[in-house]
Amino acid sequence: MTTLIQRPDEGLAGENSRRRLIVIGNGMAGARVVEEILARGGATQFSITMFGDEPYGNYNRIMLSHVLSGEESHEDIFLNSLEWYIENSITLHTGVRVQRIDRFAKVVFSDDGQITPYDELIVATGSRSFMPPMDGLYTPRGSLLPGLFAFRTIDDTRGMIDYATRDDHRRAVVIGGGLLGLEAARGLQNHGIEVDVVHSGRWLMNAQLGREGGEVLRRSMAQLGVGIFTNNRVVSIWGPDKVKAVRLRDETEIHCDLVVVAAGIRPNTDVATTSGFTVERAIVVDDQMRTVDDDHVFAVGECVQHRGEVYGLVAPLWEQAVVLADVITGSNPQAAYLGSRTATKLKVAGVEVAAMGLTEPERETDEHIIFSEPRRGIFKSVVIRDGKIIGATLLGDSKKLAFLQQAFDRGLPLPEERVELLFDLGGPPAEVGVAELAEDAQICNCNGVCKSTIVDTVKGGCKTVSGVMDATRAGKGCGSCKGLVAQLVEYAAGGGVEEDPSAHYYVPGIPMDKPALVQTIRVQDLRSVAEVFAALAPNGEEDAKSKMGLASLLKLIWGAEAPDDREGRFINDRVHANIQKDGTFSVVPQMRGGVTTPEQLRRIADVAEKYAVPMVKLTGGQRIDLLGIKKEDLPKVWADLGMPSGFAYGKSFRTVKTCVGQEFCRFGLADSTKLGVELETRMQGMESPAKMKLSVSGCPRNCAESYVKDVGIVAIDGGRWEVYVGGAAGAHVRKGDLLVTVDDAETAKKLTARFIQYYRENAKWLERTYAFVPRVGLDRIKAVVVEDSEGIAERLDAAVQDHVDSYVDPWSQQGADPVTPGQFRTSLPLEVLPTMPPDRAEQLLGGAW
Amino acid sequence: MSGTGLAAGVAYSCGPVEAIPYGEGRAFAVGGHQVAVFRKRDGTLRALSAVCPHKGGPIADGQIDNKVVLCPLHLNAFELDTGCSTTGAAPLRIYPVYLEDGEIVVFVS
Repeated sequence: MTTLIQRPDEGLAGENSRRRLIVIGNGMAGARVVEEILARGGATQFSITMFGDEPYGNYNRIMLSHVLSGEESHEDIFLNSLEWYIENSITLHTGVRVQRIDRFAKVVFSDDGQITPYDELIVATGSRSFMPPMDGLYTPRGSLLPGLFAFRTIDDTRGMIDYATRDDHRRAVVIGGGLLGLEAARGLQNHGIEVDVVHSGRWLMNAQLGREGGEVLRRSMAQLGVGIFTNNRVVSIWGPDKVKAVRLRDETEIHCDLVVVAAGIRPNTDVATTSGFTVERAIVVDDQMRTVDDDHVFAVGECVQHRGEVYGLVAPLWEQAVVLADVITGSNPQAAYLGSRTATKLKVAGVEVAAMGLTEPERETDEHIIFSEPRRGIFKSVVIRDGKIIGATLLGDSKKLAFLQQAFDRGLPLPEERVELLFDLGGPPAEVGVAELAEDAQICNCNGVCKSTIVDTVKGGCKTVSGVMDATRAGKGCGSCKGLVAQLVEYAAGGGVEEDPSAHYYVPGIPMDKPALVQTIRVQDLRSVAEVFAALAPNGEEDAKSKMGLASLLKLIWGAEAPDDREGRFINDRVHANIQKDGTFSVVPQMRGGVTTPEQLRRIADVAEKYAVPMVKLTGGQRIDLLGIKKEDLPKVWADLGMPSGFAYGKSFRTVKTCVGQEFCRFGLADSTKLGVELETRMQGMESPAKMKLSVSGCPRNCAESYVKDVGIVAIDGGRWEVYVGGAAGAHVRKGDLLVTVDDAETAKKLTARFIQYYRENAKWLERTYAFVPRVGLDRIKAVVVEDSEGIAERLDAAVQDHVDSYVDPWSQQGADPVTPGQFRTSLPLEVLPTMPPDRAEQLLGGAW
Repeated sequence: MSGTGLAAGVAYSCGPVEAIPYGEGRAFAVGGHQVAVFRKRDGTLRALSAVCPHKGGPIADGQIDNKVVLCPLHLNAFELDTGCSTTGAAPLRIYPVYLEDGEIVVFVS
């Protein structure tokens, strides 16, 4: 069959100015390359002709197993309809096979007798099923035995369904226990066929799984009723008119009505070989996807061999297509494909399987973490070398896949507790696989974003995690669902998720990570947020979302020398109070270590009455919150209180919670309140990448909750103190890691401050210690903070001392006049919102008491 | 605050431009409307309704850049020139605003 779709503008003026591009192959690689070329404005450079030997438009071959199982119809899997080719003025020859390339004459010869000239040529011939040698493959007349199927094309799949659904066909043998074979087995089962899988490998999916994983998978498959013969092979098929049975190497005979061959693929290299190109295992290409023989002939996809590797997965193909399009259109002539780290992630026959890199350790020093629970079909293994993941396998439970994949791709630092690689410990509740979530399942509980909103946004073309978060606001609240949002984006993009380079920036508007940014700010002596934008932002463009992070960073770098730069600050930091939902503010005076006096309480009470404060409430940090203060009243409230700011509004050091300690408590082992007050006195008002909540407990009963604080100190018997870092008990729950045990309170204080300064200098913007500590690694933090491995302890301590010496309380510093015009002017000049009732507390309490 | 009658609306003076520091916003009650006026780094002014359509946040307390203002409550972003939200919220109304002899003039129709 030959379908020829004429380009509508063929022969029109202007045609000659475009170069002729021919693509041999209309599979996933060929079509993807053309899409990428068009996305780079390639339609103005090239007139494009494509040859495909299947008589269809382009379809998603990966979905064929879903077609077989009946989950999708074959119409659902088309990627580009024939209309797409017309709309993009692509001449498509379907059902036509290119037989030879004459690269000296720059023409291709096709089996319909045509000779077509090109300027640039792309070979994307893909691969075909490998047919292992067996007796009885053919009928006596030489045609393939009826009932014998490959599993590669839409026609194969249709034929298989047709054959399997005939009443008298009950049993099938699938040759090949890899990915495709198992999916074929499961798909055939859906049509009521009994299936046995014969696999020549020692265990199932031996290309992706180690032996133990393979055994767990075998058990899961057996539970599904699939017969498995490993380390065996079919030596002959019995006919003669159609498939009746097979015989295995060990003489086992299986009666069956159809045989499906899924024993691997081989690259289609015939055209290239015949035409004199260098072909080893596949067509050899360089980093620009050019054949090594001809600068005008490229190749892409499963038919190429790049740096010795031949890939049979879709992800590398997409990466290759991007590079090829960059090079051929000239949009980035330097683009280079450097190989892919392949990861397989799929549901094989209903069993989740994810595999990347090595399946087993290779060196004695490699770490290998394994969990195996065959009864439930769960197997997890991670191989680590030099602190980086070099291989991982997940079977039956892929909850940790998103993290493992990222860590594998980017070499992320790993949690000290390696078991956290395999399980969520103390994290959010068990996640359901994102694919199984209902469409209306709420993903972001802060902003009420459901799964379908995220999926639709991705389908609308937004394929970066941060882009989707911006567009939907998912993950923009407490942030605890970010991982799930990332998984959903990945799921919806089908692996086509694009990495947002700004994920590594300190703030989105300046393309630098934190160390580079700090260095540049110092070298260029930039002091204000406006100066930073002017010098470092692309086109000097300001970015509102970046201002707060930059203002904080400038304060860290320049300390007391930083100018009073209000513009960069969030409203809270401009008026030293925390904005509330009705535009009023909350005022939390400092109450160091949670210790107060009757005199302070009296003043707070007086202020509450004088300003008709609608709500007085104790905070979680052992302080008193006056809620509902009008912006214009703030300076007067501070003056009347005469107490320092508690910094309950800032990305900064907040409080030190304490217990009463040995002075009063009969269990107390040390003076926890004293240490808490002293710590708070030193650290008060210190800006940091995210808020810091500390605590000191006087004994291991831990009444001040020191295990779940950014820094938590616990007195233990013998006059010693334990210092824990990286704890959290908010949207994320994490027990802190023991940084050090010290002999006296002074040392505890010094190391706490040193850790905090190290965190301030190295954490990303808004990165709490519970993320920072595992990212950097406890060992490294211990080395730097406790053992001074980098020789920076003295400098860190001095930076803390600078803060102590230069600290000024913003409330008492605020005089009668605003620092900037209208600093405390109301921003809602007319009453619009129902404000809190003035007797809120009495309502709640049912009276004054 | 004085009003001058125009064809289809009223121009209100909101006092000297020095009332707004560069890069910040201040709110004004203008003919029964609440208007947030921002003074960009380039010295030009923008005026939008002062109440966030999402949850009533005080827009004048938001941070701005050349293009958008972020509501301080939930960080919804609104284009300064059009009032349209880039984060999916309903739009803010925009008001013509200009400088006349150092005075801020907001036009309410």
